Amino acid sequence: MEELIQVKELCKTFKLSAKQQKLEKTKEKTKVAVDGLSFTAYKGEVFGLLGPNGAGKTTTLRMLATLIRPDSGDALLDGVSVTKDPETVRSRIGFLTSELKLEDFFSPNYLFQFFASLYGVPQDKALARREELFSRFGIDRFAEVKVGDLSTGMKQKVSLVISLVHDPDIIIFDEPTNGLDVLTAKVVTDFLLDLRAQGKTILLSTHIFSLIEKICDRVGIMISGKMAVCDTLEKICGGKSLEDRFFEVYREKAGDLE
Amino acid sequence: MNNMLVIIKKELARFFGDKRLVFTTAIMPGLLIFLMYTLMGEGLMREFTTEEDYIAKAYVRNMPAELESSLKELPVEWEIWDGGNPASDQVLQEIAEGERDGLLVFPDRFMQDMLAYEAGQGEAPNVEIYYNSEESNSGAFRSAAVRFLDQLEESVANKFDINRGEGSLGDYDRVSEQSVMGQLLAGLLPMLIMTFIFSGCTAVAPESIAGEKERGTIATLLVTPMKRSALALGKIVSLSVIALLAGLSSFLGTILSLPKLMTDEVDFGAASYTALDYGLLFAVILSTVLVTVAVISLISAGAKSVKEASTAIAPFLSVIVIVSLLPLFHLGGGGKVADLIPLYNSVMTMNGIFSFESSVSDVVITVLVNFAAAGILGGILTKMFSSEKVMFNR
Ligand SMILES: Nc1ncnc2c1ncn2[C@@H]1O[C@H](COP(=O)(O)OP(=O)(O)OP(=O)(O)O)[C@@H](O)[C@H]1O
Ligand SMILES: [Mg+2]
Repeated sequence: MEELIQVKELCKTFKLSAKQQKLEKTKEKTKVAVDGLSFTAYKGEVFGLLGPNGAGKTTTLRMLATLIRPDSGDALLDGVSVTKDPETVRSRIGFLTSELKLEDFFSPNYLFQFFASLYGVPQDKALARREELFSRFGIDRFAEVKVGDLSTGMKQKVSLVISLVHDPDIIIFDEPTNGLDVLTAKVVTDFLLDLRAQGKTILLSTHIFSLIEKICDRVGIMISGKMAVCDTLEKICGGKSLEDRFFEVYREKAGDLE
Repeated sequence: MNNMLVIIKKELARFFGDKRLVFTTAIMPGLLIFLMYTLMGEGLMREFTTEEDYIAKAYVRNMPAELESSLKELPVEWEIWDGGNPASDQVLQEIAEGERDGLLVFPDRFMQDMLAYEAGQGEAPNVEIYYNSEESNSGAFRSAAVRFLDQLEESVANKFDINRGEGSLGDYDRVSEQSVMGQLLAGLLPMLIMTFIFSGCTAVAPESIAGEKERGTIATLLVTPMKRSALALGKIVSLSVIALLAGLSSFLGTILSLPKLMTDEVDFGAASYTALDYGLLFAVILSTVLVTVAVISLISAGAKSVKEASTAIAPFLSVIVIVSLLPLFHLGGGGKVADLIPLYNSVMTMNGIFSFESSVSDVVITVLVNFAAAGILGGILTKMFSSEKVMFNR
């Protein structure tokens, strides 16, 4: 199997400002968010990063999307290093988190065209892709409505569609169903399964067990910036529910930490 | 390059697509300045003048038959008053209350006494003008009457003239019109222009950079393969275009209302500037806008929110105002060294252009220095856009 995402010994430490120290209730001046993380995702699979709040999932995905630089370690996406060639990495992946917002002033049509230009998608391809994705997500009826006037769910769908304008082979989603109602969440998860069927590689993060159980082939459980376990869903669960297994792992690791 | 154009197009679409934004940044400042200055100017004038076609209503006593026709040519509706002298309380009351604009009293046998009078021998006949200095119409009546009587006096006893035909024929005042106007404008306009440029820039740059950062829309741009330099330059260029429009609007508002503000006394000398002067001025303004936008963009990129950016920009305005005021107080020299300091060189060069003392080489150096400064600042902005500390600090 082709290793499309190879994460090697990633580390990221944040300096904490006085304000952040108060928020985190700590006297430490630094926070180790990701601590020597390694894992591999294979072509055509859905890989889920599972972990509690603050485990370092978002930080990891941001490093893979080249928004922030690792302190040490590296990751290869489709063989391209995030530290050495971030621009190429960005052109090969689709990255979506709820922190990436679209300008309220513009319509989905305009924004799709705008991002298509930035990703260098040829005009005719962009049009065909817009046609297909807009109708799939029901955006076509709102194509000329300003993003600011759309509902939260519709905004999320537009964001998702726009993060995929360039039809990337690697798709990285941070909390893909956060803040969506069950109907919209299902549209999104179905779409992710479709993408997998097309041979795309998907890396997602979540703390929702059912989402992992529904769509992930392999899972990595992250605790305090480290990979606790990483394997196929069946092997991790070993007959138990994912939730039960998670608590077992968590107790083990948290015990280690104390 | 291509992506830079995409960014520029988007920024301009954002601006021009928003009617309210266009109105508040590109139209309103000029309009407000124009209205304010025009009203101020008119208010000033109304204090001192009357409406052009006002016909005063006044009494006249003993109007000499010889003067009747020329008196009737004045914009005055005369009513004969044949009471005695001094004037009755009734008439003076009317003038005090503004119902009448005045009373002109010729002494008995005015024409004979006046023509017979020899200078220095006894008392000359006295003409009395009653008026009310608080009423501008009454004041105008008085001036008209005085002017008429002065002319009469001159024509009766004309011994010599001074500067005959001044205004219509010869130009006795040898001061050049250019230098008077130039000095006034040279002192004031650079400051006005600098503040207009500044306000144009602050109207758009913090919103477009700190605002996008605050709202999380710039992060969406940063995950695209676009080069950070394309984003930085695209922002600077498009914001400069918009700031230039906003500055231009304020500038036009001022230029168009200045003549009204200065009344007729000061002939607005804009006509004395050549096309070259205007061209040089435009080049200086353009390069100044670029530097100003770049500085404000940098400050905005460092700020967490639009509010924080606006606060951080305030000191920069003080610097600009102080620097712009230097020429007004004849402080700060021009010369080659001054040309090398961005923004300060703009002020000095504009001062030079307005006072007709500019040299093309000064302008060229200024423009080049400013472009270089904008380029360096653009490089720093690129670095900031690439820095996770700047873009994603919490
Ligand atoms: N820019 C930053 N500055 C300081 N600390 C940060 C920064 N970003 C993240 N952290 C800290 O690093 C740790 C990991 O954060 P991260 O957002 O990666 O967790 P997560 O697994 O995504 O959690 P969640 O499920 O809540 O989204 C947290 O303690 C967080 O407070
Ligand atoms: Mg997270």
